[in-house]
Amino acid sequence: MSDTGASVLRARGLRKEYGQGEGLVRAVDEVDLDVASGETVAVMGPSGCGKSTLLHLLGGLDRPTGGELWLAGQRLDQMGERALARLRRGAVGFVFQAFHLMDELTAVENVELPALLAGQPARAARRRASALLDRVGLADRAAFLPSALSGGQRQRVAIARALVSEPAVVLADEPTGNLDSQATVEVLRLFEDLHEAGQTLIIVTHDSRIAATADRLISMRDGAFIDETRLTGGSTGNLGSLAGLT
Amino acid sequence: MQQEVILAMLAKEPSHGYELRARLRQALGPLGDAMNDGHVYVTLTRLEKAGLVTSEQAAGLPDRPDRKVYGLTPAGQERVTGWLAEVSWPKPDLAEFHLKLIAAAAAGLADPLTIVDAQRRELLRRLRDAQRVALGEPDGSAAGLLLEGIVLRLQADLRWLEACERNWTPRKDRS
Repeated sequence: MSDTGASVLRARGLRKEYGQGEGLVRAVDEVDLDVASGETVAVMGPSGCGKSTLLHLLGGLDRPTGGELWLAGQRLDQMGERALARLRRGAVGFVFQAFHLMDELTAVENVELPALLAGQPARAARRRASALLDRVGLADRAAFLPSALSGGQRQRVAIARALVSEPAVVLADEPTGNLDSQATVEVLRLFEDLHEAGQTLIIVTHDSRIAATADRLISMRDGAFIDETRLTGGSTGNLGSLAGLT
Repeated sequence: MQQEVILAMLAKEPSHGYELRARLRQALGPLGDAMNDGHVYVTLTRLEKAGLVTSEQAAGLPDRPDRKVYGLTPAGQERVTGWLAEVSWPKPDLAEFHLKLIAAAAAGLADPLTIVDAQRRELLRRLRDAQRVALGEPDGSAAGLLLEGIVLRLQADLRWLEACERNWTPRKDRS
């Protein structure tokens, strides 16, 4: 169970500010966060509440103005650029709303790319990439270019890519934002599988269906956490009543 | 469950009670698990008293205690036709929640946003449960379609909660 896992990610008083004086904007305002190994955490909030900025800080894509941040036992906020880039490649997997696949590379080439950049031997990288495509149900699409894939398939390729370096945490920014309802279900299923396999996941989303897969839901407003809900533990029991059966 | 559901299931052909039960289970999937097996028989008895179905003793199998075959009477047939033509849609009780927020804010008894947050927690838990069950259903199952309906309604309720949140946020700041 996630509760017993060690903390993979830990933030204390994390801040990100833009501008200065009158125009100062606190995009992320004194955020404390602990994410246990194997936990799925969803962050929800209105547009502009700072949730994407927070995700970028957590993954080392952006530097905090203040506060402390640990990922996989290493302190991120004081780390040099090269060390940070290395940590990002190895410990973090990113999934974006717009997929961010390389158009000129096939599905399997997209998936193996981070492993190759991290210096893995080509053959091992290909083997792992193929296994991951199989895991996301796209083994038969390995040689396809992204343009030949549906939105849901592209996002599944992107998720396979995020997993290639066996990251300590996968960070997803509106992963279903560009998907229709059927493709959303494909991605939902995949996240449920990852969760069951013990992958730590942080998902920033507007989509209540994705949020409902989380162990814990954090509501964010004006850069700060305002509510935290544990969704696991205890079932609401009677689904039949929701369908008008009783 | 409405009597008309049981009645309509007899419209295809006269059936045993256990056949109706099996068809219900098929259509409802995991949602039918909580269904009381006796419910079908109680309903059939009531429908018979009301003159909407008749029963005949059939030469049943020795391991089936239930040997009655139920069929629609003309009145039952008519009721089914009327029921199929009827437009009924369960009305969610939005007004109660809406008035709760207004009363809470007016009396200063509770922060409407706290009430919204509590409601959202509850809906998300239900959504999680419904989704879990839905993802476990094979593609194209009848019960999967029902679960999809539950999921979509919960999503709609959650979107309305977002609107409630937006509406009450500035009012809170002004006070």
